[in-house]
Amino acid sequence: MSHPVSQSADKVIDHFTLFRQPEYKELLERKKTEFEYGHSDEEVARVSAWTKTEEYKQKNFAREAVVINPTKACQPIGAMFAAQGFEGTLPFVHGSQGCVAYYRTHLTRHFKEPNSAVSSSMTEDAAVFGGLNNMIDGLANAYALYKPKMIAVLTTCMAEVIGDDLSGFINNAKNKESVPADFPVPFAHTPAFVGSHIVGYDNMIKGVLTHFWGTSENFDTPKNETINLIPGFDGFAVGNNRELKRIAGLFGIDLTILSDVSDNFDTPADGEYRMYDGGTTLEATKEAIHAKATISMQEYCTPQSLQFIKEKGQQVAKYNYPMGVTGTDELLLKLAELSGKPVPAELKLERGRLVDAIADSHTHLHGKRFAVYGDPDFCLGMSKFLMELGAEPVHILSTSGSKKWEKQVQKVLDGSPFGKSGKAYGGKDLWHLRSLLFTDKVDYIIGNSYGKYLERDTKIPLIRLTYPIFDRHHHHRYPTWGYQGALNVLVRILDRIFEDMDANTNIVGETDYSFDLVR
Amino acid sequence: MSLSVNEGVDVKGLVDKVLEAYPEKSRKRRAKHLNVLEAEAKDCGVKSNIKSIPGVMTIRGCAYAGSKGVVWGPIKDMIHISHGPVGCGYYSWSGRRNYYVGDTGVDSWGTMHFTSDFQEKDIVFGGDKKLHKVIEEINELFPLVNGISIQSECPIGLIGDDIEAVARAKSEELGKPVVPVRCEGFRGVSQSLGHHIANDVIRDWIFEKTEPKEGFVSTPYDVTIIGDYNIGGDAWASRILLEEIGLRVIAQWSGDGTLAELENTPKAKVNLIHCYRSMNYIARHMEEKFGIPWMEYNFFGPSQIAESLRKIAALFDDTIKENAEKVIAKYQPMVDAVIAKFKPRLEGKKVMIYVGGLRPRHVVDAYHDLGMEIVGTGYEFAHNDDYQRTQHYVKEGTLIYDDVTAFELEKFVEVMRPDLVASGIKEKYVFQKMGLPFRQMHSWDYSGPYHGYDGFAIFARDMDLAINNPVWGIMKAPF
Repeated sequence: MSHPVSQSADKVIDHFTLFRQPEYKELLERKKTEFEYGHSDEEVARVSAWTKTEEYKQKNFAREAVVINPTKACQPIGAMFAAQGFEGTLPFVHGSQGCVAYYRTHLTRHFKEPNSAVSSSMTEDAAVFGGLNNMIDGLANAYALYKPKMIAVLTTCMAEVIGDDLSGFINNAKNKESVPADFPVPFAHTPAFVGSHIVGYDNMIKGVLTHFWGTSENFDTPKNETINLIPGFDGFAVGNNRELKRIAGLFGIDLTILSDVSDNFDTPADGEYRMYDGGTTLEATKEAIHAKATISMQEYCTPQSLQFIKEKGQQVAKYNYPMGVTGTDELLLKLAELSGKPVPAELKLERGRLVDAIADSHTHLHGKRFAVYGDPDFCLGMSKFLMELGAEPVHILSTSGSKKWEKQVQKVLDGSPFGKSGKAYGGKDLWHLRSLLFTDKVDYIIGNSYGKYLERDTKIPLIRLTYPIFDRHHHHRYPTWGYQGALNVLVRILDRIFEDMDANTNIVGETDYSFDLVR
Repeated sequence: MSLSVNEGVDVKGLVDKVLEAYPEKSRKRRAKHLNVLEAEAKDCGVKSNIKSIPGVMTIRGCAYAGSKGVVWGPIKDMIHISHGPVGCGYYSWSGRRNYYVGDTGVDSWGTMHFTSDFQEKDIVFGGDKKLHKVIEEINELFPLVNGISIQSECPIGLIGDDIEAVARAKSEELGKPVVPVRCEGFRGVSQSLGHHIANDVIRDWIFEKTEPKEGFVSTPYDVTIIGDYNIGGDAWASRILLEEIGLRVIAQWSGDGTLAELENTPKAKVNLIHCYRSMNYIARHMEEKFGIPWMEYNFFGPSQIAESLRKIAALFDDTIKENAEKVIAKYQPMVDAVIAKFKPRLEGKKVMIYVGGLRPRHVVDAYHDLGMEIVGTGYEFAHNDDYQRTQHYVKEGTLIYDDVTAFELEKFVEVMRPDLVASGIKEKYVFQKMGLPFRQMHSWDYSGPYHGYDGFAIFARDMDLAINNPVWGIMKAPF
């Protein structure tokens, strides 16, 4: 089995090309035919074709139990994300330790940033006797080593199943002087078998606010001119939160973003590692009870938090990941209404520039069909923006989506002639979407990195616009909210459309008459 | 190269200083996991495979990660159900780069995520009924699936589900192996117990219940690759060398592996083990039960590759031995060229390693081949036998850290200022921000393979591009 050495020091070849060399192709073929005992190529081809049929789709949609490639994570990662947006806050995850390794890894792979959180490392004995000692020792260690300003406690499903009581445990730990008695330790029970990461986000925001604001209803809490805003779980939080702060600055509004991860998840490389950076200050969080209103950018990330805030006498307003021209209009008008200040001229100018860009490019967008998947709010905001561009959202899918959400999407679709082919799929997953894409084709998919498998199978181009994005870098540093954000989103969509056009018109002498220089 | 490292650095003093930050009880416990290697020491002098201390930011994972993520997940023609809530399977979905060839969704499922997505009612009333249904639906939608594994998440063991009964019933019904794995995340102290449990399940639910394939004809040259997960194609870059010396690799465990390969493994003449930590259990079992000897080898870097090829060949006849020499000689010019190109750029550079399974020792000589020095190394989930195997790779003065905490590693690196940190994704950006070149040594930083001669060239190139990138020189603003 002698073959020449393909590898060379001059031009080192790695997995992209190494395994395409003849010696490796032969090796893989030998492995397959002699040792794998797989199904025949004909059988594989037959079944592959079958998975693309209407018949298969029916079977696929008849599923009641197995979930395949869902668009949701579990509660704790959402709670951890929410906690990490507060100043100097260390999330403390009570339960098995592997979970924390997973959450940190997932967030790190998206933001390309360190992600700090600790576990109480419960094992079998804690499963039997409860995790009180883990909490007592864990808080003491975390406090001593990492010097946080706040420790936010959340739970894995292990601690939830055995029924550990966080409130009691934390008090116990304080009595044992794990942390000073006045040290803030807000908490949230975040069972992984209820809801998803967006519910975990809600639970932690409510947990932190409860810690600083108290549990009791108080509609008469004195109010000032500040406005709170809760961004929700957002992969573009770095760009988006900064854009929101810029907009508030232009208005002259004193805005408190409740959980602002933008600096913590975007620290500079200058020789110093910052374990904590930026975030909503604890003082501002405490004071936020006196805001006249709280805006939620993602309704499905904040139902309990908003209810809680209402009970403190604040006005609340909720949006569904508002994007695009009218989405931003609505948000700005609300800010104007709440603050009593007019929309700044500069933002009006930005609006005009955005509309100008849309007008310049509308020919490439009009009538294009899209599949959109992700969190419930993102799907709503994205679909609205698409229809505004003259594009048609066709399959709108969210594993975290409920029946109520489906109705809400339908209402949005009914509001535009561009929504007539659209349908919402709540509680469905990306294997369902695969069937939809094969049986009712679209031109583009909008989603996250996991969609690349759909792109590979269906050859429908994917545009990555929501968490997680592991295989493209730095997009999260740019906003998707506000008129500037809408422009970014527009350009991302257009770039993919143009790349796709070029890729489909580049065969010399065959299709390249359409390989236009000017588009 | 010198016989010791960290000369003139008070590493012991550094360890003591770092430990000072801990509350007393934890300080005592952590002290046992940190050591500076002394000359003539019998072992690395650290305790291992002990529970992590709460609240310290261990880098370890759990038993589920060891079973689903490492051992079972890469078996490509089976579907692995993440049984329980949605998260575990979601976070471990496609993260490990276990390369395989197959029609994903049709005859292979390696980059897909299957879960029973437990809801509150499943916790309260039990999930066995749902599991039945999950398996039925999988078999209907994926008729070419050759087997199914049930990877238990934490709640399964806590609520008293009988997944073994489900597995038995379903195996019979479908005529395909359905294997229950009790790898709940709270079991044991790290990924390690998950490896062990996964190995035991292969023993009890594959070897005990299935047979080697009919018509499989053995040869005297049949070997297996055990404990290679084909990260970036590692197992392929290893297999090619074994084939070239005249051996027949009848199974890969488990990167790019299949159920048939597991089933045929008892037919092997020798089991060759790369990652001892995760798969020594099954090798020992096969030695006892089937009389198959096993041998550890190391395919990182030309020194170790040549040594391993000779050791492997020594188990066979003269033809194989001659072939081994021919293969070593054949690759030598390429290896020499790689070293000639990269060694001058890397010589004397100091490295700190912190990873899992076998790499804290196995990659050491690959760095040495490039003239680099290891000044610190440690394992996430090693046992004592790993540290015994480590000591001859590293030099006097090397800092050894077991289950290091984020705090300790950061402080060690801050003071020792190596030229490269070789660890995982959770560590990567911490050290890059400190201005230190970094390579992920679990995923090869999306590069690879690093095994074999072909892999060594990539390894050398990658270490060079990390260390000698200009970005490290522009960290400080001139104002």
